[in-house]
Amino acid sequence: MIRYLLKQLAYMAATLLAVSFLVFALNEFAPGDVARKILGAYATQEQVDALTAELGLDRPLLVRYVEYLGRVFRGDLGESLIYKAPVADVLWDRLGNTLYLAAIAFAVVVPLSIMLGTLAGMREGSIMDRGISLFGVFVASVPEFAMGVFLASVFAVWLGWLPGTSQLTSGAGWSIASQLVLPVAVMVLYDMGYLVAMIRASMVEVMRQPYVRTAVLKGMSMPRVIFRHALRNAMIAPFTVILLQINYLVAGVVVVETVFAYPGFGRMMLEAALAKDIALIEAGALVAVFIAMLTQFVGDIGYAALDPRIRI
Amino acid sequence: MPEPAVIPTLAFDKVTVEYRSRSTVHRALTELSFEVAPGEAYGLVGESGCGKSTAAFAAMRYLGEGAQIAQGSIRFEGVDIGTLRPAELRALRGRRMAMVYQDPMSSLNPVMTIGRQLAEVPLLHGERDRKKAWDRAVALLSEVEIPDPQGIMARYPHELSGGQQQRVVIAMALMTDPTLLILDEPTTGLDVTVEAAVLDLVLRLRQRHNTAVLFISHNLGAVARVCDRVGVLYAGRLVEEGPVHEVFRDPRHSYTRGLLACLPSISARNGRSLVSIPGSMTAEARTTPACAFAPRCELAEDRCRRSSVPLEPIPGSATHRARCLRAGETVVRKILPAPARGSAREMPSALVISKLEKIYEVEGGLLRRRYRVEALKDVSLTVRRGSTLAIVGESGSGKSTIGRILLGLTEADGGAIRFDGIELGRTPLDHRPLDLRRRLQMIFQNPDSTLNPSHTIGFALMRPLRRLRGLSREEAHREAIRLLELVQLPADLMSRRPDRLSGGQKQRVAIARALAAEPSLVVADEPVSALDVSVQAAVVNLLGELQTRSRLSLVFISHDLGLVRHVADDVAVLYRGRVVEYGPVEAVFSPPFHPYTEALLSAVPSVEASARGQTVRLHDPVPIRSPASSTGGCAFAERCPQRISGLCDTTVPARREVAPGHEIACHLIGNAAECDRSRGQPILSEGAN
Amino acid sequence: MTTDTSAAPPRRIPFPRLAPALAGSPAAVTGLCIVGFWVLVALLAPVAAPYDPNQNNLAALADPTPSAAHWLGTDQFGRDILSRIMWGARTVLAIAPIAVAAATLLGAFLGLVAGYLRGWVDAAIARVCDVILSFPVIILYLVILAKFGASALNIVLVIAVTKAPIIFRIVRGVTMELRQREYVSAARMRGESFWYVLAVEILPNIRGPLSVDVCLRLGYTTIAIGVLGFLGIGLPPPDPDWGGMVKESYSLIFVWPHMALFPSLAVSSLVIGFNLLAIGLREGQRRA
Repeated sequence: MIRYLLKQLAYMAATLLAVSFLVFALNEFAPGDVARKILGAYATQEQVDALTAELGLDRPLLVRYVEYLGRVFRGDLGESLIYKAPVADVLWDRLGNTLYLAAIAFAVVVPLSIMLGTLAGMREGSIMDRGISLFGVFVASVPEFAMGVFLASVFAVWLGWLPGTSQLTSGAGWSIASQLVLPVAVMVLYDMGYLVAMIRASMVEVMRQPYVRTAVLKGMSMPRVIFRHALRNAMIAPFTVILLQINYLVAGVVVVETVFAYPGFGRMMLEAALAKDIALIEAGALVAVFIAMLTQFVGDIGYAALDPRIRI
Repeated sequence: MPEPAVIPTLAFDKVTVEYRSRSTVHRALTELSFEVAPGEAYGLVGESGCGKSTAAFAAMRYLGEGAQIAQGSIRFEGVDIGTLRPAELRALRGRRMAMVYQDPMSSLNPVMTIGRQLAEVPLLHGERDRKKAWDRAVALLSEVEIPDPQGIMARYPHELSGGQQQRVVIAMALMTDPTLLILDEPTTGLDVTVEAAVLDLVLRLRQRHNTAVLFISHNLGAVARVCDRVGVLYAGRLVEEGPVHEVFRDPRHSYTRGLLACLPSISARNGRSLVSIPGSMTAEARTTPACAFAPRCELAEDRCRRSSVPLEPIPGSATHRARCLRAGETVVRKILPAPARGSAREMPSALVISKLEKIYEVEGGLLRRRYRVEALKDVSLTVRRGSTLAIVGESGSGKSTIGRILLGLTEADGGAIRFDGIELGRTPLDHRPLDLRRRLQMIFQNPDSTLNPSHTIGFALMRPLRRLRGLSREEAHREAIRLLELVQLPADLMSRRPDRLSGGQKQRVAIARALAAEPSLVVADEPVSALDVSVQAAVVNLLGELQTRSRLSLVFISHDLGLVRHVADDVAVLYRGRVVEYGPVEAVFSPPFHPYTEALLSAVPSVEASARGQTVRLHDPVPIRSPASSTGGCAFAERCPQRISGLCDTTVPARREVAPGHEIACHLIGNAAECDRSRGQPILSEGAN
Repeated sequence: MTTDTSAAPPRRIPFPRLAPALAGSPAAVTGLCIVGFWVLVALLAPVAAPYDPNQNNLAALADPTPSAAHWLGTDQFGRDILSRIMWGARTVLAIAPIAVAAATLLGAFLGLVAGYLRGWVDAAIARVCDVILSFPVIILYLVILAKFGASALNIVLVIAVTKAPIIFRIVRGVTMELRQREYVSAARMRGESFWYVLAVEILPNIRGPLSVDVCLRLGYTTIAIGVLGFLGIGLPPPDPDWGGMVKESYSLIFVWPHMALFPSLAVSSLVIGFNLLAIGLREGQRRA
């Protein structure tokens, strides 16, 4: 058990290292760009070269990477170009906003998906199954930006019940809570299609197993069979997938944040990418991968806890 | 026998079950009627697709999606279960009627402890006290003879061996003392020694609890051991019914006669060819108003195909009935002599295996400690040209590993194999010359995976012809058709894909594919174990015939002792990777025995009444992955009923020749002088007369 | 002894004959119709589109809402939305299949090799794929496209690299199971080459699950292309692309919602088409 955990942690660290190096290399392979970016298009080549040397960017990639790592470990993530502020400040602020949004969405989407997936999968081919499955396909087929457009058109434009943007400022008279409804709804709907399909498939599989038949022929009522025998088995396969949704909800919300002008982590990454704010991109990518690794790690442990056949 | 006044525990009254899908109606049972009296054990036998499992689940009113009882009624203790409301049905299931399933592993919930799964049954049926339910579970676990019942309660199903799992399922069924116990192929998939122990247990429990039993099986021997009466099903119809020993001693329906004749007997090699029933069950057989078996029946007359045939009593017997117009006649079956075998004794050896060794490393336990499992240890065997060596053993004995090493699919870790002067053991597959590949062929176990579903039969046969024998396209085509004829299949199969073939046909194609290479040695790994007994014999006979014709040497790997007795010249009995007994077939099948051989032979359920005599029973084996299995002495010591402690568990017995060519690795045999064999009487003596 | 010549009833058709497999499933028929419709639109765009998709009709700006002249209205630059959607279909239906084909080739190839060989080859490829999969896809898009700029080729490459691991996993799983089959052993014993076994014995039996996944992947790729457009890192303007159209007009949703609605409907319907097709295929394979 402990050996397994240590192995996983080492693997996580190795992956983090590899990814951070890749991102670093990708962004800083042509160092001239950075100086050029700072000095602007009208600077002469000599000026660019001078600044490159001054910034130490003419030294080998590996050396600079090790230096960068050293700074990261001291908690210095560098300076953001676009926000003109330390990366750490911007990053934690935006990440906080996104985690807030993601937590709400996660809290809604997981129970909802489990409920719908179970209802659909417990009797394959029933009307309920067909209805829920079709609904799942539809919501999973609509990209988040399109879903944003549809929901905003109805609830913001037509009905006027909700704000069209969620900038987390109470300016236009909308409460923070009302500003969160549409982004959360878009995330939940999009994510739910996928989760429901996964859980349904797993449930269908479980309901075909002989041990479910055993339970029925013990004289158990159907709801009891589902709750006592089927559900836990049906959650084993989708469990890791469910946890991976945290990943999507945190890092993949770029689109939703862009649609609703939500000041989150994703939009920050987009802005950083568009403006080539390298320090911010690197730090953001590290955080994103760290979260991904963490969910995977937790997922593995939870998986083993759910299924006694897995020994870690 | 049921008296008229007694209400039968279970009664089927002209029950017809149909599966309906969008476009088709598939009939599983046709007007099935039978009764199980209180305390009686009734067996339903038949081959795959005869509807026996449908009958079992119909009795619990648990039929799959789209299935329905189209006609007739099923009464449990006089109550038509078709009329019960869901709550009434639930009160019946698990309480007064309970079921034991095929494949116990998947019938138990993998994420619940055994204890919870057992205790939940009484709790569902009115028991309030959890402690009482728990105690009852422990009591039943000890009743089904599981060691350490308290400990087992906290275990999960995957931590138990197959035999233990089935014992747990049986305990679960008996939790509420049901009046009817339905057993659906309860021993299929279990090793023969474990099967024997489970059948004994069923027999004891049913006598102790006075439970009525409906026993569903394809295994006539198992039914003979457990049941009072038997019904034979064919194509969804009851074709014969009666007291079990009367039916098996004097079968009256052609199908029953055929089925019994198909069984290879372990008690004697009677020099006859194995019998098979021609043809296979077709969809029409289920719906025809006339005799369903007529198309395959050697005795069928015009009237059999025209009119419906009633189930009628046999003259002179009140309880034995058959659905056959010629049931009253005495039929003398033509006995085909076994194909003449040249005496293989003097032939030079084609294959010599010496001191073969194979070690697997297995991860197991909480800490993922690695264990070395000796899959094969010190295996030395010889196959003479044109003869058949049978390798017998239960699951985990390493018998298939030998085959895989011969063919190069696995590499040996030690020892040598000489085949026509070539060292095989350490020649990995990729380094084997084409000619060696050609001369060494294999027939696999699983008809469903032996042929590639994407390729036609023609392709499957022509590819080896072209590759291994270098034939041109036209030559290969002609030769493939000839091979199909050889294995008695029509040439128009050439363009078919395997999914259109029956299991027996696929195995014939597999034989043809092996013969395409014109091999000198063929390894057949359980070639018929997946086939119904009536088809099995035909494939085995074909193999024997072809062997004689082309002077093939054959390594026949099997768990079926009856079959082995028929096909083999020499037999090697394997236990956990070691050869415990080896010699000419007649010598191995008669005393003196290795205790394991003895247990194997006495475990095979036989249809012969006399076979219910003395038996040797073994404990369920310890799972092979566990460290407990790696003791220093005889591999069989832990299960051996005649173990000499201080010797067997510390010293590995050497192989000793007890008669020319007959070797046994056992301390008991070696110390024959000291160890008076009065304890180990020759158990099978009654089987031989 | 006679032969058991009567064939067993048909159970499983190794590769579904498309027509009959699809005909029985309403989902498949609907999906096929939707996808077919968009393919037709894409093919006919040069002839059938009423306007040049990039032509600014300033006169229409007075009232850009749908009218007889502009069935779906115009955008804020006076460009005909119907024409832009039609031309946008060309973009999606050109890039998505190429990207999916690239991902499938790469993923299936690696999956076959890794699943068949196992050992360190498998471990190495699987680990790389795990890393790619654990990386949040959109962040990956952002990092790569921000560095190399947006172009059709880069989009194809990015999608191929991020989708290939998924296909790899599927193919690897099936291959690992198929390599245990006895017919594979038979081929190896015959001395067939590594590539022969992969291509002739294993690949044909993977087509079923692979075809379902290709459909699903097409749907997801359509979404991905839309998202890239919406984020402004898709194809450079002014060429019409559905996601880009939504991006440009979203800020005007309170004034002229139709500008964002129509391209949103277009992209959603195409994805639904692909997904329904995938469901139909899967059902067809299970039934056959």
